[in-house]
Amino acid sequence: MAILEVNHIEKHFGNTEVLQDVSFSLEEGKALAIIGSSGSGKTTLLRCLNFLEVPDGGTISVKGEVLFDAARANKGRDAELRKKRLHFGMVFQAFHLFPQYTALQNVTLAKELLAKEQPDYKSRKNEILAEINEQGKDLLLQMGLEDRMEHYPHQLSGGQQQRVAIARALALKPDILCFDEPTSALDPELTGEVLRVIRELAEQKTTMIIVTHEMAFARDVADQIIFMDGGVIVEQGDARQVIEAPREERTRQFLTRYTQG
Amino acid sequence: MFWTVTKSLLSGLGTTFEIFILTLLFALPLGLLVGFCSMSKWKPLKYLTEVLVWIVRGTPLMLQLIIIFYGPGLWLGHNIWNGGEKGRITATVVAFVINYACYFSVIFRGGIEGVPVGQREAGQVLGMTKSQIFFKVTLLQMIKRVVPPMSNEVITLVKDTAIARIIAAYELTFAGYSFMKSAGITWPLFYTGVFYLIFVGILTLLFHFIERKLDYFR
Ligand SMILES: Nc1ncnc2c1ncn2[C@@H]1O[C@H](COP(=O)(O)OP(=O)(O)O)[C@@H](O)[C@H]1O
Ligand SMILES: [Mg+2]
Repeated sequence: MAILEVNHIEKHFGNTEVLQDVSFSLEEGKALAIIGSSGSGKTTLLRCLNFLEVPDGGTISVKGEVLFDAARANKGRDAELRKKRLHFGMVFQAFHLFPQYTALQNVTLAKELLAKEQPDYKSRKNEILAEINEQGKDLLLQMGLEDRMEHYPHQLSGGQQQRVAIARALALKPDILCFDEPTSALDPELTGEVLRVIRELAEQKTTMIIVTHEMAFARDVADQIIFMDGGVIVEQGDARQVIEAPREERTRQFLTRYTQG
Repeated sequence: MFWTVTKSLLSGLGTTFEIFILTLLFALPLGLLVGFCSMSKWKPLKYLTEVLVWIVRGTPLMLQLIIIFYGPGLWLGHNIWNGGEKGRITATVVAFVINYACYFSVIFRGGIEGVPVGQREAGQVLGMTKSQIFFKVTLLQMIKRVVPPMSNEVITLVKDTAIARIIAAYELTFAGYSFMKSAGITWPLFYTGVFYLIFVGILTLLFHFIERKLDYFR
């Protein structure tokens, strides 16, 4: 069964239709890449999944549980919304690390705050915090940042910052991890290190949705690809097929523009 | 003579300090409130606040003080500030609080709006509550942005307290000036200046210290 099911999502800002009838599903452990030119609604789609935007129509279900249904658009209490959000993780194009915290603190902060809600927090506080700290270190180690844990964001390169941001998102063990153009804000020589860790995550069967302009990367790392244009899904299918033998003319045109530079 | 002058100036400094501290104490929270009002999503409140801030920042503090001190007496027929020194200081503080709250509100607003929305959104997707986002993510970044313009305003406030002299509150400048009037000597005026310089000097050091403390992040 699909871990994520997105059905008929609609979103408009004023009179602009930004997403129209967007439906797709994703299997557990698979990676989905979303490609498409700028303004096609990719970011908005990820923001809807993370409840940063409220869709005007459609449903979003994770593991069979309906998290969002526009028909029953109860705005939801803050606490409920927070729980729903935790099914998803988000890595932003511009990192958005917290500047006043070290790399390690960035990774552990949210988890520490969540732990306070555990019933046994008071009695096991030190133990719990030590665990969270260990987990944070492990994640940064996995990101190749073992010697950067005590650095503040401004002391890190863009590639390092984005890897911290990935660790931060992973710390809450989301069911589905979303990346919004994770390398677009990076100098070309720094994209490789970020793409490498995402590739490793794919190899470890992390369920992911990756918005990217790196076509070769999408083809090699993703299982599926969705091509969006003007707020609609024009084509979706097996990654290799969409890139190498697109069925739709618009996909073909988009890809030619990209491969020609 | 030197000792007499010093004693008078110290007493004037007491009043100056009282105006200074009370203004800060009330104008800081009020400024935050006014700042939030000026960012309100409810347009009438937002515009009303913006007009208020415009008026208060667009007219001299001295004029505002005169209106606040003498106005009620002329309109109501009795002086709500009950004559004495205490009443004059209270009126001064009220005028200063309103005035400075408006200046502070603009600074606070800049500080809040200066923190990128991405910071709040990063907190949201990590499942933080609104108050966790405010206290753990936004607040310190806001403070960092607010400290430099705030230090300017606070230093200006020290010198603005001299405006209270217009309603004959016995603050530091009035104290120095009174010797010129009564004894015809001018050196107490320079001596008065030294008091201000020391006061401002201490504040400058304090703000430098805070800025250095917040220097560890960008
Ligand atoms: N908050 C917003 N208000 C109004 N229009 C928006 C907003 N966010 C995005 N849009 C519009 O929605 C469209 C899709 O944007 P976006 O999802 O960012 O596309 P992409 O990520 O594919 O470049 C664009 O036309 C953009 O101008
Ligand atoms: Mg985008």
